[in-house]
Amino acid sequence: MLMAKVKVENLVKIFGEHPNRALKMLQEGKSKEEILEATKNTVGVYNVSFQVEAGEIFVLMGLSGSGKSTLLRCINRLIKPTSGKVFIDDEEITGIDENKLREIRRQKLGMVFQRFALFPHRTVVDNVAFGLEIQGLSKEERLAKANQVLEAVGLKEWENSMPNQLSGGMQQRVGLARALASDPDILLMDEAFSALDPLIRKGMQDELLSLQATLNKTIIFVTHDLDEALKIGDRIALMKDGAIIQIGTPEEILTNPANEYVEKFVEDVDMSKVLTAEGVMKKSETVITPKDGPRTAMRRMRENGISSIFMVSKDRRLIGLVMAEDALKAAEEYKTTLDEVLLKDTPRVAPDTPLAELLPLVAEAKYPIAVVDEQNYLQGIIVRGSVLSGMIRKGENKTDAS
Amino acid sequence: MLPKITIGEWVDVLVVWATDNLTSLFDAIVVVIQFIVGNLAWALTAPSPWVIIILSIPLVLFLTNWKTAIGTSLGLLLIYDLRIWEPSMNTLAMVIAATIVALLVGIPLGILSARSDNAHKIIMPVLDFMQTMPPFVYLIPAVLFFGTGAVPGLIATVIFAMPPAIRLTGLGIRQVPVELIEAAEAFGSTQYQKLVKVQLPVAIPTIMAGINQCIMLALSMVVIAAMIGAGGLGSEVLRGIQRLDIPVGFEGGLAIVIIAIILDRITQGLGKRDNN
Repeated sequence: MLMAKVKVENLVKIFGEHPNRALKMLQEGKSKEEILEATKNTVGVYNVSFQVEAGEIFVLMGLSGSGKSTLLRCINRLIKPTSGKVFIDDEEITGIDENKLREIRRQKLGMVFQRFALFPHRTVVDNVAFGLEIQGLSKEERLAKANQVLEAVGLKEWENSMPNQLSGGMQQRVGLARALASDPDILLMDEAFSALDPLIRKGMQDELLSLQATLNKTIIFVTHDLDEALKIGDRIALMKDGAIIQIGTPEEILTNPANEYVEKFVEDVDMSKVLTAEGVMKKSETVITPKDGPRTAMRRMRENGISSIFMVSKDRRLIGLVMAEDALKAAEEYKTTLDEVLLKDTPRVAPDTPLAELLPLVAEAKYPIAVVDEQNYLQGIIVRGSVLSGMIRKGENKTDAS
Repeated sequence: MLPKITIGEWVDVLVVWATDNLTSLFDAIVVVIQFIVGNLAWALTAPSPWVIIILSIPLVLFLTNWKTAIGTSLGLLLIYDLRIWEPSMNTLAMVIAATIVALLVGIPLGILSARSDNAHKIIMPVLDFMQTMPPFVYLIPAVLFFGTGAVPGLIATVIFAMPPAIRLTGLGIRQVPVELIEAAEAFGSTQYQKLVKVQLPVAIPTIMAGINQCIMLALSMVVIAAMIGAGGLGSEVLRGIQRLDIPVGFEGGLAIVIIAIILDRITQGLGKRDNN
């Protein structure tokens, strides 16, 4: 069984002078507004529970004021929760003393900030080495390690620059490198890419994903940008007014919104960016193998009402495509095999190809598109109809719900 | 009729009690201050003025830039030429000594006021009070406790010059962006590491402005302190006023301005250098 790397249980954070009174009112089921009026206290995070598995990218998403950044800061206790528990590697960190907390922050937690939060008086490499310096590593050790991490984020030649000489995107790479330098298991990223312009942001998202492929950290990522959440999140927790409304994979959130709020939130999403080939393909049960002749192929197509058929090897590796009219011609010429009419270079795509890339292919293609994995096993097929139905699937759900 | 509240008498009682009971403390303060000022003044007046004028060039150049270095030596040369070298050096020694003591007390107090809200609530009104008082008022208790001469003048100067150092140190630390503090904490800094590796370095430009203010106030107070016999350039100016001797008064004033500009440029240059 997977062990939960980070576990949050019934976490509550109340800002103000009388948190206990407000907490009691919360337990009595009073709303945020009532509590604000009665006690002048603000409920930042309200009764939140979730688990993050090791190696997962978990996104906390919500509009500003939804409590996502507060929740993130409760995890490394930059903000002390009012009640509830936070576990890291099964160790409860809500109750430990300053020294132990400092140890956990040093060893296990790295943090990346929205406005980078680089130390303006330190060079790039000294910024990256900050965490190691705090831990008391010698100068040679920490600089060697810092340079190594800088190289990984592609900023080796900037090591002796000051942060303000770098562009925003580069500064945030330094921020990321600083968080990675002490090799923590867990990365907390607070709106890490929100201050960057869209193109740079997209590049950083890609870079984070490719870094994650090799580093395999547990990442908790806060964002208000749904597209970003859908792109990088393995799972997304959608927050509103301090509470989590829905936790799920991007597809679950899009295709099965928990309530109207989530629905409204996701209604403008460009489905073509989220759905993948795998999500819209049809399982292809009807195939032929090399031993089948033109007549078998004809019969299968007729039975299933299709105009072309894929040929696979015995172990279902894709060989090619046979069109109905070609099979008919071969049958009329009394051919026993389909070798001469087999089309071997029709389009093929990987299962994780986003729909946005598929659309032009589908629009131009004379043939159905084969979805194959890395070993060339046939996973499914895509025809025009399946793409359309994939894109309107969300609409159907909406009508179901109402 | 409204009975008079006897605030003045209360203070009088307090002062009498202090002079009776705290003599040894005051004596210790006198010894320390006399030691610092005495040595500084000796170091500045013992060598030939030419030595100081020439040595000032590389020293100021090291601290700031060419322009300031040349200006400093020319200013000192003019002071020498006006035949008021010794009072000028005494004034400079007193300013430096007062500033050192004011910073030794003021910067830690500033750090304290930045880190503790309670300390902040106590220190700030006291600073407001100190800064609205006319400088002459500081001379009264100084004379009562320490008599006349350089030491009471210096103590009044230290107290008068301290507020900006406290205020701007506290302000500089409080102005460090909250994200930087969070970053320091998130990577597991101790309170001390946070202070010396993040808060103080980021606050340096503001603290330097405080030091600059501190020196300027010290200079103005040292001149006023001549009224209780602190000596230095203040005495020249005072003499000019008392005898309506315009040349003496003006030349003394000019030397004060020269020293003020030199000290201001050097500390501002220091602040800029740390910025880069």
